[in-house]
Amino acid sequence: MTADTHSAIDAVWRIESPRLIAGLTRIVRDVGLAEDLAQDALVAALEQWPESGVPDNPGAWLMTTAKHRGIDRLRRNERLERKHEELGRELEVQQEMAVADLETATDDDVGDDLLRLMFISCHPVLSPEARVALTLRLLASLTTEEIARAFLVPVSTIAQRIVRAKRTLTEARVPFEVPSGSELDARLGSVLQVIYLVFNEGYSATAGDDWMRAGLCDDALRLGRILAGLAPKEPEVHGLVALMEIQASRTRARVGPSGEIVLLLDQDRARWDPLLIHRGLAALERAEKLGGALGPYALQAAIAACHARARTAAETDWTRIVALYDALAQLVPSPVVELNRAVAHGMAFGPAAGLELVDALGSEPSRAATSSQSSAARMRRARSSSARHHSRRTRANVTSCWSVRRRAHVEHTRPDRHPERRSTIR
Amino acid sequence: MRFLLYETGDAKPSAPPSPELMAEMGKLIEETTRAGILLATGGLGDKSTHVRSSAGKVTITDGPFTETKELTGGFALIEVKSKDEALEWAKRFRKIVGDGESVIQEVFGGDGR
Repeated sequence: MTADTHSAIDAVWRIESPRLIAGLTRIVRDVGLAEDLAQDALVAALEQWPESGVPDNPGAWLMTTAKHRGIDRLRRNERLERKHEELGRELEVQQEMAVADLETATDDDVGDDLLRLMFISCHPVLSPEARVALTLRLLASLTTEEIARAFLVPVSTIAQRIVRAKRTLTEARVPFEVPSGSELDARLGSVLQVIYLVFNEGYSATAGDDWMRAGLCDDALRLGRILAGLAPKEPEVHGLVALMEIQASRTRARVGPSGEIVLLLDQDRARWDPLLIHRGLAALERAEKLGGALGPYALQAAIAACHARARTAAETDWTRIVALYDALAQLVPSPVVELNRAVAHGMAFGPAAGLELVDALGSEPSRAATSSQSSAARMRRARSSSARHHSRRTRANVTSCWSVRRRAHVEHTRPDRHPERRSTIR
Repeated sequence: MRFLLYETGDAKPSAPPSPELMAEMGKLIEETTRAGILLATGGLGDKSTHVRSSAGKVTITDGPFTETKELTGGFALIEVKSKDEALEWAKRFRKIVGDGESVIQEVFGGDGR
């Protein structure tokens, strides 16, 4: 096989496999089996395309091939099970139905299928790590090796995680559907959380030389943009996309010549990517136009947008940022949000206003220090107690923010890298 | 990775695209948008102007320029995982528009990579 055909097949796979797996899951009602069938079709493509060339409509070819494999498998199972005479009538009917479905299935509603696939990949029955791995595998078409590499864990760990996740979904009989009513918000929250988690994993790596990990930002952005197309009426989806686009616009500016992190207010704004800012602002506008109070992602995007709109750090609309942080603190209170809110108040209304909030933060018994020391000392304590809960990146920002410069603004309310703690944000 | 896809061809104004072609193109744009890869796209006017600088002097010349292949039709800026993926989308584009030539070039700088 020529290397060219092989890489062309890789590219087709990356484009087609999410839709393929989604469509097959609808038909066979089992994501594990659906992925197996899709893989069978990929193997067939790898065997046949180098000879025959890539077909005109490779997606349709893969779907047809996968369906045929599915019918073969089901019939084989049927024979096997008959032989063992252990087959309940119910199962038999199910199989007949599945074969019939495979034969007659149309490829309509592909969009809905993709959305359903996102919802089950991010299902709360799975651990956050499993949701991330399954989403990257099924919806971002990353290989197990790529996921392992990006998360710096052994390939076998990711492989097991994915196998177990698929088994869990089957055992829990998780329906392949878009949740409705009151369930929708929570389930959508889980999807958004997974995407933002992937983004942050990549964003924290963009300061290093690890492009593979930094590529997770692109994967997350792509997933977010896809989701925005599938669920265009959900303001928080656009809010998350806006937040990611604007944060990604600063990638180039947030690393200094010797690899050090450059704080938001010190960044060379000429290095911000105007295209991503434009896209981010447009996404935020979509979120706002859908009406209602802004959710946590849209609020964070709106804060990021205040910075994006300011041509220089001095032109930042801190009064607006204060209002947005006040709203965010109401909605999703957390030490990071409080600290950022205090910084914003300080920037808008003078240090005293900020210190007052920091004092309040520091006096909470759970993380506070004894009083009667200088405000600065208290600030530092608040800083370090917060830092214990948050990532090194945030800590670096906060340290610089309070003890060195006292004017820098913590870049954003990035939740820390541990998914179980991240859940406090949303 | 970001890539710029554009068409090149003769600078002669061509016939306006048929409604069928427009519909097919609309579908492709919709598909690439929904796939989360299309960052920006646009059609290009058929009149171009060259702005040249030489020894500190800038000269402006209006087209058409029969001696060179001009950027024609339109462009798309896409963000994909690999050059092969960009090529696959370019193939899909060519299947719609028929005979002609497209160029793919990687774009650096935008996202810092």
